[in-house]
Amino acid sequence: MTAALPTTIFALSSGQGRAGVAVLRVSGPQAGKVVEILAAPIPKPRKAALRKIRHPNGEIIDEGLVLWFPAPGSATGEDLAEFHVHGAPAVVRLLIEVLSAQEGLRLAEPGEFSRRAFANGKLDLVEVEGLADLLNAQGEAQRRLAMRQFLGEASAVYERWRGDVITALGLHEAAIDFSDEDDVAAKALEAARPVIGGLVAELRNALEKSSQNAAIRSGLRLVIAGPPNAGKSSLLNALAGREAAIVSPIAGTTRDVVEAQIMFEGLPLTLADTAGLREGSGDVIEQMGMARAQSEARDADILIWVSAPDAAEKVGPPRKPDLLVENKADLDSIRSRNDSALLVSTKTGFGLNRLREVLKNLIHVKLAGAEDAIVVRQRHVLAVEESIRLLNKCLGESGRAAELVAEDLRGAARALGSITGHVDVEDLLGKIFSEFCIGK
Amino acid sequence: MNGNFDVIVVGGGHAGCEAAAAAARLGAATALLTHKRATIGEMSCNPAIGGLGKGHLVREIDALDGVMGRVADAAGIQFRLLNRSKGPAVRGPRAQADRKLYREAMQAALAAQPDLEIVEGAATALIIENGAVSGIKISDGRELRAKAVVLTTGTFLNGLIHIGEKQIPAGRVGEAPALGLSGQLAAAGLQLGRLKTGTPARLDGKTINWSILEEQKGDDPPVPFSFLTTRITTPQIACFITSTTARTHEIIAANIGRSPLYSGQISGTGPRYCPSIEDKIHRFKDKTSHQIFLEPEGLDDDTVYPNGISTSLPEDVQEAFIHSMPGLEQVRIIRPGYAIEYDYVDPRELGHDLQVKKLPGLYLAGQINGTTGYEEAGAQGLLAGINAARSAGGSGPALFDRADGYLGVMVDDLVMRGVSEPYRMFTSRAEYRLALRADNADQRLTPKGIALGVVGPARAKAFAARMEAIAAARNVARESLMTSSALAKLGVRVNQDGRSRNAMELIAMPDVGLERVEQLWPALAALPSFAKEALEADALYSGYMDRQEAEIAALRKDEGIAIPTGLDYFAIPSLSMELRQKLSRAQPGTLAQAARVEGMTPAGLACLLGHIKKPRAKQVA
Repeated sequence: MTAALPTTIFALSSGQGRAGVAVLRVSGPQAGKVVEILAAPIPKPRKAALRKIRHPNGEIIDEGLVLWFPAPGSATGEDLAEFHVHGAPAVVRLLIEVLSAQEGLRLAEPGEFSRRAFANGKLDLVEVEGLADLLNAQGEAQRRLAMRQFLGEASAVYERWRGDVITALGLHEAAIDFSDEDDVAAKALEAARPVIGGLVAELRNALEKSSQNAAIRSGLRLVIAGPPNAGKSSLLNALAGREAAIVSPIAGTTRDVVEAQIMFEGLPLTLADTAGLREGSGDVIEQMGMARAQSEARDADILIWVSAPDAAEKVGPPRKPDLLVENKADLDSIRSRNDSALLVSTKTGFGLNRLREVLKNLIHVKLAGAEDAIVVRQRHVLAVEESIRLLNKCLGESGRAAELVAEDLRGAARALGSITGHVDVEDLLGKIFSEFCIGK
Repeated sequence: MNGNFDVIVVGGGHAGCEAAAAAARLGAATALLTHKRATIGEMSCNPAIGGLGKGHLVREIDALDGVMGRVADAAGIQFRLLNRSKGPAVRGPRAQADRKLYREAMQAALAAQPDLEIVEGAATALIIENGAVSGIKISDGRELRAKAVVLTTGTFLNGLIHIGEKQIPAGRVGEAPALGLSGQLAAAGLQLGRLKTGTPARLDGKTINWSILEEQKGDDPPVPFSFLTTRITTPQIACFITSTTARTHEIIAANIGRSPLYSGQISGTGPRYCPSIEDKIHRFKDKTSHQIFLEPEGLDDDTVYPNGISTSLPEDVQEAFIHSMPGLEQVRIIRPGYAIEYDYVDPRELGHDLQVKKLPGLYLAGQINGTTGYEEAGAQGLLAGINAARSAGGSGPALFDRADGYLGVMVDDLVMRGVSEPYRMFTSRAEYRLALRADNADQRLTPKGIALGVVGPARAKAFAARMEAIAAARNVARESLMTSSALAKLGVRVNQDGRSRNAMELIAMPDVGLERVEQLWPALAALPSFAKEALEADALYSGYMDRQEAEIAALRKDEGIAIPTGLDYFAIPSLSMELRQKLSRAQPGTLAQAARVEGMTPAGLACLLGHIKKPRAKQVA
């Protein structure tokens, strides 16, 4: 067995948002080759060189700075290249696509750069732990962001993908491990094909939707929810600085989700105002509005829960809000029900500056770290593309050895697992034993 | 007998035999303590060895010079290579064995093993001194001392047999259970649980109407288990197939309330993959018939094992439903089927060397660890025997990881994840399935066995010869070339690009394959079959093996990073609370083990790595 080299990884390592400059780092044994392909010749070590960065097909992607840090004198201790390009999302996206297409290269897992750096003695513990904090804080926000970017809020779809993977792989594993059971023998592989076919169609569909959604949904999503007549729409208008939502003193004015795109602290932010949550409405349209409000609130990057002294709160938030706001501070009867709630009055403007300040901090926490929405989205696109490729391989050439088809299915399950959650052998065995009568 | 040993193995089943033989091969003065010398190597349940995943384990035991493969080759009366039509990674050798021949061959193998003494007696208690195990007390009052003890008690630990409403404390039919030991293990703070397994009735073959039954023949020629066996010489027999009928299902459904499984009398968890017939009929109501394999238990034994009707129904119900199957109308039941419940130790109490963490010097192997199956037991026995002998000799543990073999997969699953039902090996448990094949078990493990000293000179020599033959075969295959046009003339469909193809490329093509290639080149056909199998695996898996090897290299790197025992995960601030709890419970020994803890993230691993590498002084401060 030859000693296998570590894979070469890359990531967008500049800050979040639409920064002026984006920095892409490539670390690992292939880093030098990548520079030769995209921006030859390799610059002198640790000296910035202005280069045209080209697509392997010859087209110029951008002009930017290229830096070369040969091992071990680099941030990770491995050969490392940096591309400083213009921060336009289109440039970054194209560059990531080009890098992903290189043999032996893949997008880094969150924390992987620091892991390598640490393993090679390039980071100390404090730095590693600080980084991990950020990565953990970011994980949840990123996951929600990525989910929305694919299919809106339909998390049920991900569950279905996972279920399909378990079924298809379970059937293949059954065909291998229980081939001597008369219940399994012939049926399993045939039964798997339509499941795989259906999954491929769904994944393709998701990719298409994703590319349509990507442009408008590159920022964080801030959702305003709460009981009816708490002044949620007024808050949206106040933050947006315009009359984006209809405001009236009648409870239940907002029935659907109202969105406003704003730039907040230099970041694209989507504000979403939702129907007030209350009990026992007989109105079908209002009920649908409330259902959407619940799901918006659950999948929000930032959830603001608005209450008011004169708004009866019968239904609580569907998840822990990031921020509690008590509106109508101008009312005489004001008695904050919650010490941690921020007092504002959308009528007088009281507390709104403080709210913006708090929001700014919240956004920083959510976006802290190295990756930005494009990369998150790209990671998921790559995962779905890889799954489609492997699943198609399973459907293709007939007569391939069962264990090789299963190997491709395992690969697809691994790739999709980064979105839907890992599939374990116990999931498969559970499926097998519930479907087939195993055991002579 | 002087009463002082390096290693004492308690139990003469499949785990105990391998443990004792392995310890003795390493030169440890070893005692095998068993109730009855005559039942050493008994096959308590199905008289068969191997199968999918299990056959891999037998080959691995054999690669480490264990006894199971050779004994099964001597006792096998019907060999079948399962998944023959699939690729080499998932082919599993299996054999029906003659129970008496198996026992005899096992007893002979142990008798021929130097440094191994058989002691008859029942273990009543462990001798525990200063928190470590240093021997065994026997029912006749004797005390045996040893530096390490291996417990392989099978279903004997508080064993309780159920036949309908009847309950009999026993380890096997007619054999007393071991009662004192579990109390002692629990008192030492070990987590114990209860599992259940079952066995079908045994039938008198003279009273079966064979003539109306479908026959199932074995492979000709049979494929042996052991790398050292060149030819199977034991006469081969056929098995027969019957099936349950509508009447069978009626009888069982009408009496299901009398099964202790359904009356609530049994508390232990049974295996999902080996359900009783009442379970099968209850859970799969739309299935109108189940195949039942009638397997003769021996060449000169009329006992027949009806594979597929394990049950704990009362005897009268067993009589009735068995007689409702074709060919069994007049059959005489030699003894009824039963369910047995027994204690097991939560295997998370063990290290990867199978030593009990809370009781140094004590090793556990087989069903006591929550597994099922002779092969799973044998493989654990081998590992426990090796480590007991090493520890007795003052050496560090010998460990096998998930890329070494199914042995490593099993042990890692057991000690890291525990069990919720009796654990059985499946190939789906192996993430490196293409690399862990039955045909290359020797390439994976024999060199390591030689280094450990557990592989004797005869096998080492045979191994070297095999490797030479495989290397030579690879050369022949690479040099067997044919142009695209020549291939087309012979009816092989390839792109007419004028390029020559070698035998390896052709074997890998789904519509060509090894058999066709053998026809093209007689020199390849003349190669020994193991060499052809190696070529086939090389050719079929070439693209996949590179990736798997890269994954294995990454795994090995992380397996090399040890996590100090007793690490306080709650003192690692950047890990999420959930991960801290999970890691605390799992107590991984290496970074690779930590990576397998559910929910672990690369960022979490980076923190953990950071914490491990933190200088000691800082940790104190």
